[in-house]
Amino acid sequence: MKEELIIAGFGGQGVLSTGKILAYSGVMQDYEVSWLPSYGPEMRGGTANVTVIISDKRISSPTLQKFDTAILLNQQSMDKFESQVKPGGVLIYDTNGITRHPERTDIKIYTIDAAEEAAKRGNSRIFNTLILGGYLKVRPIVTLENVFKGLKKSLPERAWKSLPMNEEAIRIGMDIIKEVR
Amino acid sequence: MKKEVRLMKGNEVLAEAAIRCGADAYFGYPITPQSEVMETLMELQPWETTGMVVLQAESEVAAINMVYGAASTGKRVLTSSSSPGVSLMSEGFSYLAGAELPCVVINVTRGGPGLGTIQPSQSDYFQATKGGAHGDFHLITLAPSSVQEMHDFVFDAFELAFKYRNPVMILSDGVIGQMMEKVVLADQRPRRTEAEVIAAEKDWALTGKTADREEHVITSLELDPYAQERFNEKLIAKYNKVRENEVRYETYKTEDADYIIVAFGSAARICTMTVDMAREAGYKVGLIRPITLFPFPTKAIAEMAAKGAKGFLSAELNHGQMVEDVRLAVNGKAPVEHYGRSGGAVFSPDEVYNALLTKIIKK
Amino acid sequence: MAELEVQIKEENLVYRKSPLLTDKIMHYCPGCSHGTVHKLVAEVIDELGIQEKTIGVSPVGCSVFAYNYLHIDWSQAAHGRACAVATGIKRTNPDKMVFTYQGDGDLAAIGTAETIHACNRGENIAVIFINNAIYGMTGGQMAPTTLIGMKTATSPYGRDPKIHGFPYKIADIVSQLSGTCYVTRQSVHTPAAVRKTKAAIKKAFENAMAGKGLSFVEVVSTCNSGWKMSPVDANKWMEENLVPFYPLGDIKG
Repeated sequence: MKEELIIAGFGGQGVLSTGKILAYSGVMQDYEVSWLPSYGPEMRGGTANVTVIISDKRISSPTLQKFDTAILLNQQSMDKFESQVKPGGVLIYDTNGITRHPERTDIKIYTIDAAEEAAKRGNSRIFNTLILGGYLKVRPIVTLENVFKGLKKSLPERAWKSLPMNEEAIRIGMDIIKEVR
Repeated sequence: MKKEVRLMKGNEVLAEAAIRCGADAYFGYPITPQSEVMETLMELQPWETTGMVVLQAESEVAAINMVYGAASTGKRVLTSSSSPGVSLMSEGFSYLAGAELPCVVINVTRGGPGLGTIQPSQSDYFQATKGGAHGDFHLITLAPSSVQEMHDFVFDAFELAFKYRNPVMILSDGVIGQMMEKVVLADQRPRRTEAEVIAAEKDWALTGKTADREEHVITSLELDPYAQERFNEKLIAKYNKVRENEVRYETYKTEDADYIIVAFGSAARICTMTVDMAREAGYKVGLIRPITLFPFPTKAIAEMAAKGAKGFLSAELNHGQMVEDVRLAVNGKAPVEHYGRSGGAVFSPDEVYNALLTKIIKK
Repeated sequence: MAELEVQIKEENLVYRKSPLLTDKIMHYCPGCSHGTVHKLVAEVIDELGIQEKTIGVSPVGCSVFAYNYLHIDWSQAAHGRACAVATGIKRTNPDKMVFTYQGDGDLAAIGTAETIHACNRGENIAVIFINNAIYGMTGGQMAPTTLIGMKTATSPYGRDPKIHGFPYKIADIVSQLSGTCYVTRQSVHTPAAVRKTKAAIKKAFENAMAGKGLSFVEVVSTCNSGWKMSPVDANKWMEENLVPFYPLGDIKG
């Protein structure tokens, strides 16, 4: 098992923390993991991305140019990373704010209206866990039990009261993700 | 007992390791991409637990001189910075080496020259391995390539620093510093007591002049050129001992290799993938990863050349620094080429593979 | 002829060299203030009984060799960095009495940042600042404290503010900072002044031991070689020129 994933979007969308939950979930399942963020000024309002690798073997390169899966949450990320999905790989995106939809035909494409769902529920904070749920539906690389453990591990204790809300969001995300092609 | 596995950033783990190895003090100044080191230390407040001092200095210049002061007294002291900040500290390296003081300096390298970029780079190789400031001296330099090694090398670096009374550098980069991986943390070791410091460093440390000994003076000043020369010869003898005893490296699929990639730190991680790609394509390629950059694994590389390796590619995140040491080691027995990206650009395994084909294998 | 009787007996002694001063012959020029201040430092450490607790930091400049003259542990700092080195020592050895001994070039030019910030953090150290308005060690170049009109190797026609900028009073500056507990400006050109300077150094060392913050003792001094004067003339010149610009007395604490 080896999953090479990029999550990219605006800073503040929870890009890095989604990756962190996933990486921790991998740890809970005894996998090797690496989590490498873009860092610096781009985190301050600009675009942010994180490369997460989860594998049952020792991870060699933590930096990648090709990905099994890309979760793209704004137009800049779509423009930059659509071409970097491996043939046969997966691209997941939120249609909110996307003006040019993905065009590739050699990959599987899914949409998840997480921004809309979060707004409908009046809770923007679940945006990234909705996305995570959608991803896990498509790529069930770790068990839900370990994801919940990873979620707890990735949060400071003072934020544990938000665990049920986020677990719920992961389940909802699994329901609302749609296959485009 | 099963050790606790944590998912941590390289920078955070440096802070944890510093506390756990019983360091007495950290002095630093913020700079991307390593600010999490001091942030983590301030968050953990080790002065409340182990008694370790953590202080944000007014500059890197001040920080390295605070290190010099604390090291003068036999304390285990470290600092961390990134390339431009390390340049500011370099005056201090020369004084520390000249006064034979042990300490640990961490460079989480970014792209240069000048203010450069904040992205990962390995363009401080020359600075880290050739001394990096005025005078005949070297830093002992360790290059971690994983978050676990960031942890382990803090312990190793202090060991070496006190064994040889010389500053030790951990030469990391933005990838290793910013990346999270699983890490097993060592158990907390106690800081040395005053009595232990006095006993262990009784020949030189400033512990206060007592009736039973002469005053100790930490200095690098000499007026007599012949005395300075004698001292320099002593330093060089020390470095030769380091060269003899402390070389560390790791190899990957080199036993039957026709072609050798030489890479350190994060670049070595990337090149491991290149080796696998090349093997799949039917080329016998191996990797040697120098773990100590000074002392450089000259002998190991020379032996590979002597055994008939047909070519070496030094793959670095710079425009050709370590390649000079590889050339010296190979000494004309086989072609040695360099491939690199710089300024914060990081090469992919494919890029290195293509370079290997065009520069070495198909030449 | 009457026989000479040697009167140097223990019971007749009114003064002796501090046991903390080494027997090394000082390299300072005759008439230099350094020797006097060294002697005072030695006497104060001896009188306070803190030899085993004292760590000195010597600078770059004439007093770089201060470590040759006192029986205490010394760390010799890079140019200007004495206050940072002292910070490193004191923070990791809070029970030690740590002091720096610096000249004007070291403390007020190249080391201004380290000086100001150690003062501002209120490091529990003592700073002894020898201000003779010139670089002695390197051969009489202009210092940050060189007076307007004063001739030096790098201001051969006299210090002209349009070219060289102005002299400044760093003791006054550090007295404004919350971290300093005691700032004073003294001299050693008369016996009375020597006694006052000794008292100031003692107070500074006591403050450092008691953890009251940073004590800053400026000693307005002579450099008769750099000034190209006899020691006597240098003392007179100092009184007439330096002291009016750098007035003596306590500034804070």
